[in-house]
Amino acid sequence: MHKKFRWSNLYLVFVFVLLYLPIFFLIIYSFNAGDVMQGWDGFSLKHYTELFVDTRILEIVVNTFLVALLSSLLASIIGTAGALYIYNQRHQLAKNIFLSLNNILLVSPDVIIGASFLILFTVVGFTLGFTSVLLSHIAFSIPIVVLMVLPRLQEMNPYLVTAAKDLGANNLQMLSRVVLPVISPGILAGFFMAFTYSLDDFAVTFFVTGNGFSTLSVEIYSRARQGVSLEINALSAMMFLVSLLLVLIYYFISNRSSKGKKRGGTNLVMPATEGL
Amino acid sequence: MRVWKVMRTMMKSKQQRQIFYIVPYGIWLLLFVVAPLILMLFQSFTTASGHFTFSNYAAYFGSGTYLRMTFNSVWYAFLITVITLVISYPTAYLLNQLKQKQFWLLLVILPTWINLLLKTYAFIGLLSKTGTVNNFISLWGIAPQQLLFSDWSFLLVAAYIEIPFMILPIFNSLAEIDSRLSQASHDLGANKWQTLRYVIFPLSMPGVKAGIQAVFIPSLSLFMITRLIGGNRVITLGTAIEEHFLVTQNWQIGSTIGVVLIAAMIATMLLTRDRTRKNLRK
Repeated sequence: MHKKFRWSNLYLVFVFVLLYLPIFFLIIYSFNAGDVMQGWDGFSLKHYTELFVDTRILEIVVNTFLVALLSSLLASIIGTAGALYIYNQRHQLAKNIFLSLNNILLVSPDVIIGASFLILFTVVGFTLGFTSVLLSHIAFSIPIVVLMVLPRLQEMNPYLVTAAKDLGANNLQMLSRVVLPVISPGILAGFFMAFTYSLDDFAVTFFVTGNGFSTLSVEIYSRARQGVSLEINALSAMMFLVSLLLVLIYYFISNRSSKGKKRGGTNLVMPATEGL
Repeated sequence: MRVWKVMRTMMKSKQQRQIFYIVPYGIWLLLFVVAPLILMLFQSFTTASGHFTFSNYAAYFGSGTYLRMTFNSVWYAFLITVITLVISYPTAYLLNQLKQKQFWLLLVILPTWINLLLKTYAFIGLLSKTGTVNNFISLWGIAPQQLLFSDWSFLLVAAYIEIPFMILPIFNSLAEIDSRLSQASHDLGANKWQTLRYVIFPLSMPGVKAGIQAVFIPSLSLFMITRLIGGNRVITLGTAIEEHFLVTQNWQIGSTIGVVLIAAMIATMLLTRDRTRKNLRK
């Protein structure tokens, strides 16, 4: 009995080592004084200094965060409107149809999303670049916002709306003073999910990015095809910190908003299999 | 009379609200959900000059290369799914028995928040001919192996990336199982293995199905890993689509493969659909 318990722990340790080995491998080698991911030539921060003077990479980092921020903001607004529409929809059939349409982009493989968006932009005659990437990121982030906001709406006491109406609130007042404050945790969670979706995305961006514009994932892809450069390791260490920060913020939000409920923090979400 | 009037204005204001909501959301649905899919379907039925044709499908289903590629893609996706399932089920089961299970689950999920390209890039360093793994095995006197650009490296990296997506749904369905059921099974004389086989495993099937869905469909469309790790030895449906759209610029055949991929996706979802759970809930 006792022995079996130890074996099971050993298995878990093995899985966790497997999960984290590549990540820490990258980070450790970012401090290597040599230029390749093998051997160890001593500790050095030179790859970080290289990174911070590489204007191309810095520009791409700014672009990536700009796209992520703008797309998640706009996706939050449109997604919230969509969630409100679906919530107010009284016909069950129409509701189900809208929900299914909403989920199409969530389940579609990224290659399909990227290729079909590429066709769309070309047919419309849209130049590929910043705007096409931004529009695509907004498009694939909207459904996740809808899915994060809808449960909040369903939990909301519907009499709040009736009471606001009774007291003479108009549509705008009702929305801004009653509904939005109640569902704001859902919107915030949706915003963060959309933000990480956008940061993580590779495949969709790769299809619609054109020549002049690049995001981090696309840049790492093209550099990795040329071989190893420890500057990317330094970059990955920085990205790891950003991801860690985002996870902490996300859990802070979702734990705070589900305080008082029995099951706090069980609604764990992860970025879907983006970029595959 | 007054009641009617109030109700009418309320109805009207509700309509106004709904219009206000549907305009941005509806535009998104039409432009970015419905239109791209229709355009892709449309492309697959046209020639390069825009005439209606079945020739793309004829070319696809008549060509041994395409069919072999499709079969290979499905086979690799199947292997990846099996490998992740075999590793993930015991992990989810054991995690579920830990005290701080939410914390450990968080640790499983954390790697999924890290950029996929970076995780793949790490494996280039680990598996390359003079890389860490080869250095490690050479300590035991084994000559350096060609690890990168092989089928095995592709399977390894794909499985590595997909494991958390398999663990999470299985963990959730295991956590939902009433612990009194395994106590009852123990009381009725079942040993641990029998309880697992006849009680826990059947009840966790919804999670397994969800996990298979979450792993199998993306595995069909992997293209970045096939290029960086598989060295183009493995061609998946996703690689073929990328090739046709961005390299050879034959969008018609690319769209045809896309439609096949969508069909495979729908088939997977129907096969792993969760009927039992719905019946239980109702």
